[in-house]
Amino acid sequence: MSIDHAPPDISPVSSLPRSPAPPRKDPELVPLAAVAGRRSRVPRWVRRTSGPLLLLALWQVLSGTGALPAGILAAPGTIARVAVDLVADGSLPSAMAVSLQRVAVGLLLGLVVGVGLALVSGLFRVGEDLVDASVQMLRTVPFVGLIPLFIIWFGIGEAPKVAIITMGVMFPLYLNVYAGIRGVDAQLIEAGESLGLSRWGLVRHVVLPGALPGAMTGLRYSLGIAWLALVFAEQVNADAGIGYLMVQARDFLRTDVIVVCLIVYAFLGLLADFAVRTLERLLLQWRPTFTGR
Amino acid sequence: MATDLHRTVTPSGPEPAGDPTTDTPVDTAAKADQERPAAVRVQGLSRVFDGRRVLDDLDLEIAPGEFVALLGRSGCGKSTLLRILAGLDREISGTALVPRRKAVAFQAPRLMPWKRVWRNVLLGLDGSSADRARAERALEEVGLGERAGAWPKTLSGGEAQRASLARALVREPDLLLLDEPFGALDALTRIKAQHLVGEVWQRHGCAVLLVTHDVEEAVLLADRVLVMDGGVIAHEVDVALERPRSLTDPRFAALRAGLLERLGVDTSAAA
Repeated sequence: MSIDHAPPDISPVSSLPRSPAPPRKDPELVPLAAVAGRRSRVPRWVRRTSGPLLLLALWQVLSGTGALPAGILAAPGTIARVAVDLVADGSLPSAMAVSLQRVAVGLLLGLVVGVGLALVSGLFRVGEDLVDASVQMLRTVPFVGLIPLFIIWFGIGEAPKVAIITMGVMFPLYLNVYAGIRGVDAQLIEAGESLGLSRWGLVRHVVLPGALPGAMTGLRYSLGIAWLALVFAEQVNADAGIGYLMVQARDFLRTDVIVVCLIVYAFLGLLADFAVRTLERLLLQWRPTFTGR
Repeated sequence: MATDLHRTVTPSGPEPAGDPTTDTPVDTAAKADQERPAAVRVQGLSRVFDGRRVLDDLDLEIAPGEFVALLGRSGCGKSTLLRILAGLDREISGTALVPRRKAVAFQAPRLMPWKRVWRNVLLGLDGSSADRARAERALEEVGLGERAGAWPKTLSGGEAQRASLARALVREPDLLLLDEPFGALDALTRIKAQHLVGEVWQRHGCAVLLVTHDVEEAVLLADRVLVMDGGVIAHEVDVALERPRSLTDPRFAALRAGLLERLGVDTSAAA
């Protein structure tokens, strides 16, 4: 069925006196490939992982040829061995457990505070006047700069670390949930009113679902910042956790252990992103937006 | 101003026979207003936007079960009136009485994109009576029964508009307010939707106020056509044609031409 060319020109047999309209050339026909044929047969997840894997291969090659000395950065093979050792002696799993717990608690607190404040200032004009200006002011303070203050306030235990993560997490959540609430189509609010929804019904059925895309964006930012805050928090006065493992490794010039810890951070970040993606797929399947080709 | 024009619209009508003790005609009219059942009763309604009187001492009465079409030039305040009757605009002066059970279908379907069609239909109903079967019955009525579980984003324009109509009808309104519900539809879909609204109205027997700028549509569907101008009902026509109505009926054409003239459209070419 593939017709690449139009039939050849059929020119008039006899050249009669020139007609006002020259004989029309048939247009050239081009086959339109069906979408199914154009779509790559490689599964999506393979395509998504191939990039990082290529990077890894390049690194191994550079280390193997000596272009990248082990003192600067250990080879992936060495790092894998160290990782296995760290897992075997239990130091990495216990550090991960401590770090994960810090992120979880910090994230939860930040979620409660950030979303709570966003609801207050998003839903009520009075709330906006009271809350928004203060939050906008506070959010410009670099939260990492608060570490010394938090140590004075909360000591050197878990509290300042969780507080730093909470601080880092709540602002992007606040901003995006607030913007999400204020971005809900006024026509839909009106439709809800005309259907007799109560104030709470409007919030539940119209405002909150409408703010969900914004909230998801906020959650993504927050997760990224949560790991960042964790690194900062754990490198000051920590006696457990991945950051502590890194500080120790630095003292012994163990670049391989440092890289293992970095990879763990990256892996946890990837996992968090996957979790949000799954959440988005479940919660935002109604969205009539462009999803890429 | 069109003061004398709108006074003719006020249903002062024939004096009630059983009331001989009337002093002045005005009193009679007021009394008659109180006694006659109505789905909408609006008196001296005004709405001001930034000093501009969009509605200016407007009177309107719609009988139960009556189909009224409201025509008017763009910006004449007809949508404002509908929004006021829907309870969406309360910065008004004057009195406006509307049934407790009323429903609106807007020009855009305004379905909640995050709710499946059947949940959209049930939105705002009490939990006890709102089950999927009830939503499906309402959707069945507009020919959308099999799309109950779909997301709004998968509906075509006409389907979304019918879903919006089902959402209005499921609450069994005494007054159905339609704000140019066919405006965004293509010509064929619009004809079908108009027929559907006509059928649904006859089945439910609710009063309907249809805001439109389509004269043909108004004459096709309504018992009475109102023309709004200068913030009041400036003109009204009873459409005494039997249903179903035919566009080719000469009386239809005459009504249409008359209304177009009222709206300031030169009909010499159309006539």
